[in-house]
Amino acid sequence: MSIWKYANPAEFMRVSGAALPWVAGLAIALMALGVGWSLFFTPEDYQQGQTVKILFIHVPAAIQAINGYLVMVVASLIGLIRRHHVSFLVAKAAAPIGAGFTLLGLFTGAVWGEPMWGTWWVWDARLTSFLILFFFYLGYMALWAAIDDPEKAADLSAVLCLVGGVFAILSRYAVQFWATLHQGTSISLSGNQKLTPEFLYPLVVMLLAFLLTFLALLIVRTRTEIRLRRARAIRLSTAEM
Amino acid sequence: MGAFSALLKRDLALAIRLGGGGATALAFFTLAVLMIPFGVGAELPVLARIAGGVLWVAALLACLLSLDRVFQADFEDGSLDQLLTSGLPAELTVAAKAIAHWLTTGLPIVVAAPILGLMLAIPEAAIQPLILSLLAGTPALSFIGAVGAALTVGVRRGGLLLSILVLPLYVPTLIFGARVVEAAAASRLARPSCSSPPSPSSPSPSARSPRPGRCG
Repeated sequence: MSIWKYANPAEFMRVSGAALPWVAGLAIALMALGVGWSLFFTPEDYQQGQTVKILFIHVPAAIQAINGYLVMVVASLIGLIRRHHVSFLVAKAAAPIGAGFTLLGLFTGAVWGEPMWGTWWVWDARLTSFLILFFFYLGYMALWAAIDDPEKAADLSAVLCLVGGVFAILSRYAVQFWATLHQGTSISLSGNQKLTPEFLYPLVVMLLAFLLTFLALLIVRTRTEIRLRRARAIRLSTAEM
Repeated sequence: MGAFSALLKRDLALAIRLGGGGATALAFFTLAVLMIPFGVGAELPVLARIAGGVLWVAALLACLLSLDRVFQADFEDGSLDQLLTSGLPAELTVAAKAIAHWLTTGLPIVVAAPILGLMLAIPEAAIQPLILSLLAGTPALSFIGAVGAALTVGVRRGGLLLSILVLPLYVPTLIFGARVVEAAAASRLARPSCSSPPSPSSPSPSARSPRPGRCG
């Protein structure tokens, strides 16, 4: 008995099928609580007014955007080392979710930036890093889509994910170097100021809600990928007869 | 090393006899730089300001567009399988191919870059850093690109996919390379003479006023 028995697709389907309603239910409940609390029961910021409430979507989305790539790297690593198909499929399933959260983070950032800084976009280190991260996701998904043989696609895109992981970190620091040298930064995104409790608690709820949403979507998508793989195997075996 | 140098010689010979060697990449590089004055106007101060970045981006694109040649032809005619079973470690096979790619694209670009730099009115003090940064950076472009070329070999219409995979990986190289040139060009303007004290420090970043309610 070890943790690796869950790498068996049948076992994974059984356990994830049992866990899914709980994870999804909790995600929905926390999301309802968090959205209600943060949108209707938090005070306006004395400088930012109502727009401060974008924070409650923006920050959790950005954190899940990074989390998505982390999940992909870990799953790809496990897949390459232990040759577990479920791991590859978890990585594949995480990519569109992570890309979606990245896009959500970029979009809410733009919507927030317009009233706050008077511009939709600045070439700030963090914004630029997230845009690059989005393209890492796109490239990964494009490679999966471009290769017909699923075994080969799994191996190659796992390699890309690991190389991309190293370069994503390199890019992050390179972009920081570029932005600090290039523009004398007009805005400060670094949060050295403390959030007051009436902002902090709903934010924590939203962070948890986004994490559980990510997990629920990941489970659903991984299960779909496993079923697609099974359907493909059945199609191939009937075609051979 | 016999097999390694034999492979390198073979790839160079193939590149020179079939693909025009470095000439195609060089022609692309020159044309890409030539487009810039048409696009942004011919004022020399403007061109001098952006010359380093333009040359670096053009070098990067020239490398990128020739990457699909690295493994594709050998994959199609089966010589890649022969190479992998030849006893030469796969790492060295890839290294030989990346070095051949650099010799036929990166090196001609390094040689041509100062001439194009002069046409873009790049400050004289920035020419040596330009050559050095390209000399250090273009091999990195070839080796990083080899990863993308290897991943997309055998993919139909892999060229566009290759660009999407490789361009994000080029970001750090481009940033450091282009910044070297820009810093050299800027320091020449900022430094009045050799005996003067170092330039006044820029205002400290801690002077920025924080915004409330912000942690994203």
